[in-house]
Amino acid sequence: MTEHKKTGFLKRFFFSLDHKDIGFQYLLTAMFMAAFGGFFVYVFRYNLAFGPDDIPLYGNLAAKEYNQLVTNHGAIMIFWVGMPMVLAVLGNFLIPIMIGTDDMAFPLLNKISYWTFLLSCIVLLSGFLMPTGAFGGGWTMYPPLSVSDFGYNNPNTTFKANFFTGNTFFLMAVALEFISMLMGGINFIVTTLNKRAKGLSLMKLPIVVWMINIASLLFMFSVGPLIAGTFMLLMDILVGTGFFDAYRGGDPILWQHLFWFFGHPEVYVLLLPSLGVVGEIFSTFSRKPFFGYKMVIFLVLIAGILSLVVWAHHQFVSGIDPGAANIFSLLTIIISIPFAGMVLAYLGTLWRGDIKFTVPMMFALGMLASFTFFGGFTGLHLGSNVFDIYAHDTYFVIAHFHYTLFPSVILGGFAAIYYWYPKFSGRKLNKTLGKIHFWGTFIFFNSIFIPLFWLGLQGQHRRIFDYSNWDKLLMQPNHIMARQIATVSLIFLIITQFIFLFNFFKSLYKGKVAEKNPWKSNTLEWQASSPPGHGNFALYPAVYRWPYDYNHPDRDTDFLPQNEK
Amino acid sequence: MNTSINKKPTLRDIPQARLGVWILIAGEFVIFGGLIVAYLLYRFRYPEWAEMASHTNIVLGATNTFVLLTSSYFVVKAHDAAIKKDKNKITLYIGLTILSALIFLVVKITEYSQKIHHGFTFSGKELVEQGKHIESTYWGFYFLMTGLHAFHVIVGAIVLFIVMMGARKGKNYQRIEVAGLYWHMVDLIWIFLFPLLYIAN
Repeated sequence: MTEHKKTGFLKRFFFSLDHKDIGFQYLLTAMFMAAFGGFFVYVFRYNLAFGPDDIPLYGNLAAKEYNQLVTNHGAIMIFWVGMPMVLAVLGNFLIPIMIGTDDMAFPLLNKISYWTFLLSCIVLLSGFLMPTGAFGGGWTMYPPLSVSDFGYNNPNTTFKANFFTGNTFFLMAVALEFISMLMGGINFIVTTLNKRAKGLSLMKLPIVVWMINIASLLFMFSVGPLIAGTFMLLMDILVGTGFFDAYRGGDPILWQHLFWFFGHPEVYVLLLPSLGVVGEIFSTFSRKPFFGYKMVIFLVLIAGILSLVVWAHHQFVSGIDPGAANIFSLLTIIISIPFAGMVLAYLGTLWRGDIKFTVPMMFALGMLASFTFFGGFTGLHLGSNVFDIYAHDTYFVIAHFHYTLFPSVILGGFAAIYYWYPKFSGRKLNKTLGKIHFWGTFIFFNSIFIPLFWLGLQGQHRRIFDYSNWDKLLMQPNHIMARQIATVSLIFLIITQFIFLFNFFKSLYKGKVAEKNPWKSNTLEWQASSPPGHGNFALYPAVYRWPYDYNHPDRDTDFLPQNEK
Repeated sequence: MNTSINKKPTLRDIPQARLGVWILIAGEFVIFGGLIVAYLLYRFRYPEWAEMASHTNIVLGATNTFVLLTSSYFVVKAHDAAIKKDKNKITLYIGLTILSALIFLVVKITEYSQKIHHGFTFSGKELVEQGKHIESTYWGFYFLMTGLHAFHVIVGAIVLFIVMMGARKGKNYQRIEVAGLYWHMVDLIWIFLFPLLYIAN
């Protein structure tokens, strides 16, 4: 095996072209951004439950700051935590090593993609230093609010460009992040198509590699119009064009179309890699072949294609044609069929398996359960325009999309970290702390959002800073209590994450040394040393079988690595 | 028994740089596609825009179309020379391509200055002052789409220059093909923009 050379901090974390180092850089950056996103949500949730005064660690919260924090929480968690976590971290760390090669197809492009991502983080956060404060018009950036706090200019006043506003910086950060992820996506697809080990045909790829690639493709085909839209919106702010200015013939709804044409596939971009992780983990810890491998791949492709034509279900109350709304409802409900098929296949993998409740398995089960039972089912309700018009912009929607994105990004992400940590660091995480972390995360996550479903059905609107003006509607004792349960659970959820951080960083140096294949898994990454040296494999593996030959009838061992004859 | 081979796995049918640039081209088309669809939606809604489109200079636009199409021919010839590893011909044809790009940009700047001179600016301020506020957004699309395209022309010319310098040192002949593919994309996008913005009124 190749020697693992010790390299300096700056070299490893800034200039290294190695795919594992870049993956680690993405992971650290995502954790850093998650700290911001988590802090923001703590501040505004505290305000919703206990009022804006004297928030511990923050002080008094003004209404404008509330908007800024909500906006940036949403954007950070989706674009700067979700995207890097499930796409960039998993793609960078897993793809080359799972397909049995040394590195990405374009290592330098990979590095440039990370630098662009880092730049986008800096640009976003520097929005908070602008004289007018950060952008506060909602993470979906709907014009006219995203143009300025007062919308478009009064037609009779002259246009004044102001570069140094939170709006400009927010939009530039989003555009940079998209460009970074596009470069990453090109890399993933080319690497998978072109650098597979000898004998590794596409239908022998691990499911997670398939999922990351389909997610990259989906991202690539959906983000283009939004990049174009971002340019248009930036020009509206900086030059004074009228692309979305209704007075000048522009159409603010066009932005919503461009945004959600990307926005809906984006949900699947975040979901699919994490479903892939869950698939790997289910098969490994049930000691059973993956059930319906080909079916799952085709179902994902169908779901991916369908996801490009359902976007207007976010706009049922934006004034779109009711006839079109019916069609979009129908398509949205049809999309549940491939996902139901996938969940069935996953349950088929678990069915009568020899299930081992390791920490990654617990996170994977938690991910699939909460995604399906709450995220997926409420998605069906909201996908139908009849119900959505009633529930639109309430906390029901908030709870729904947190039940889809939190399991995908956070639970799926943790499952991946716990599963591949021994490979990535060469050491093991503490099991007991891991189990405490899982139960804390899972319980508090549910106790945040189940009250929010109820509050949403009671009619609590999502964009309100202070409920005291609606004392007949939203200030009943049980409403106040539901908000407080959610907020206190959130604080506990955040505290639980410190257990993970402690475990993660301590085990990096002091954890038990892990063997090469601690989970007795079949995929190729477990054939490299832990941690893999530069170039991953001393001798490149040749592949003879698909990755899920657990308990093969002809063998004595219960697993059979892909590179065994 | 575990088996291993010493050879680094590389596949095989398509060189990876070519594959990468094809995917990049797909991505670029979606970006321009978004702009074009947005433009068309407005264009069908506002008959007023037809009058604005008649203010574009079709002669200069057609000249630029001709220049870009010719440059695509030069790139193909350069690729042909790269297969034969003929450094002089590579320099000649890529030089001609870059020259075409420069001509394109000069014509573009002439057009822009004419437009701005007549009060058709990017922000459309002058038209709004005349009360033609709906028409003013046409020029936003005109300048954004052609400007973004011109930016791609500049990037393409720089890439071609770098590739040419490499080929003159006898290195990386295969890059000419990849840069050429990108150049054809720049050309093809113009083929879409020209009728949409200039001709259709």
